[in-house]
Amino acid sequence: MSERLAVTPAQTVGPYLSIGLRWPDGPYVVPEGTPGAFWVRGRIIDGTGAPVVDALVESWQADPAGRFDHPDDPRGAHPPALAGFRGFGRSETDDQGCYRLLTVRPGSLPDPDGGVEAPHLTLSVLGRGLLHRLVTRLYFPDEPTANAADPVLSGIDAGRRDTLVASTAPDGFRFDIHLQGDRETVFFAV
Amino acid sequence: MTEDTARRADRALVLPTYRRDDVDVHPPLLSPDYRSTVARAPRQPLAHLPQRLTETTGPLLGEGRLGDLDHDLTRQHDGPPQGQRIIVHGRVRDGDGRPVPHTLVEIWQANAAGRYRHASDTWPAPLDPHFDGVGRALTDDRGRYRFVTVQPGAYPWRNHDNAWRPAHIHFSLFGRAFTQRLVTQMYFPGDPLFFQDPVLHSVRDPGARQRLIARYDHAATAPEWALAYAFDIVLRGRESTPFEDGDDDE
Ligand SMILES: [Fe+3]
Repeated sequence: MSERLAVTPAQTVGPYLSIGLRWPDGPYVVPEGTPGAFWVRGRIIDGTGAPVVDALVESWQADPAGRFDHPDDPRGAHPPALAGFRGFGRSETDDQGCYRLLTVRPGSLPDPDGGVEAPHLTLSVLGRGLLHRLVTRLYFPDEPTANAADPVLSGIDAGRRDTLVASTAPDGFRFDIHLQGDRETVFFAV
Repeated sequence: MTEDTARRADRALVLPTYRRDDVDVHPPLLSPDYRSTVARAPRQPLAHLPQRLTETTGPLLGEGRLGDLDHDLTRQHDGPPQGQRIIVHGRVRDGDGRPVPHTLVEIWQANAAGRYRHASDTWPAPLDPHFDGVGRALTDDRGRYRFVTVQPGAYPWRNHDNAWRPAHIHFSLFGRAFTQRLVTQMYFPGDPLFFQDPVLHSVRDPGARQRLIARYDHAATAPEWALAYAFDIVLRGRESTPFEDGDDDE
């Protein structure tokens, strides 16, 4: 088909997003008790330094083998390497502006230019005051070699690259998202 | 697939990338007439993200996320909700006119009095014990979805002096890939509150704005039961790839 249709514009989720987008199992990319599972937690902070209490973070990632159970993966759809692995998570922020996702580390991924993408989660941030979702990526702090070779991360201004790298936390990793300010997270046009 | 064929496929990795949206389609993130954007819109320009495996795949959420009555917001309680019963239906297609089948559509809305069932919504309009305002549906194999609900009311907010949101329904769609994810709002034709609404007007292009306004659809009404509105949604189309000829199997 060659009919070109104009895309529907985005609008904000508004302050009441949790009515429509809350899932009881939303934060669980993997079920509780999955071997190797850890929490990714973080706070979303606005330009005044205030926590963003009415936002939602969604995550998408490969499984630990670096595969997707999706027909558009040119390597073929691949059932998840872990039972109950969903690849997708969503968590609204709480009254402290914090979100949380229980997940596992994705594998690294081949890229069409012959490079290798370091393990990463791709995140969407939706919220009141955000007229379109914001897209960012989370990389892991204990993968310095893979991160240094990552074609996306190495394309980012060196002074801002670390906004995309999580820090370690007692039960996993911490990844704060700064919407503005000195530490503004790198957001992407995708 | 053996290790070996997998490795060969890696070498010829051709991804089904998606056309990036024209700059005037979506609202600028910083739209100061909508005051909440001022402290929340990023100030640095967005970085370019090439569409790789993570972006050209996405969650394919199916029946497991739906209950039998999730598409009918008027039948989720013992009694019917207050308000004008309406059918809201439409097609989800991509920018090349292809239907987007079996994709999750999530909606939420205020009740007939313009009140949300949410702790932060405290304006003095009544809650309706028979209305939660949340719905979910999957598109069928031709990309069609259908909800039964009630006409939402307008509601005041504190954005500017005497500010009112025109009646709307929030929509969330996944499409087939991370790049197609879309969250938007559907408005009703002829709403007198459009002129003062900075959320609708954050979409600068009048033609694009018009695409957020549903069409009254008399042919889809249920006689002696419900009025109907049609709201078609267009997600991004794909960049053509060397493997793609004129027509496509989807
Ligand atoms: Fe609303």
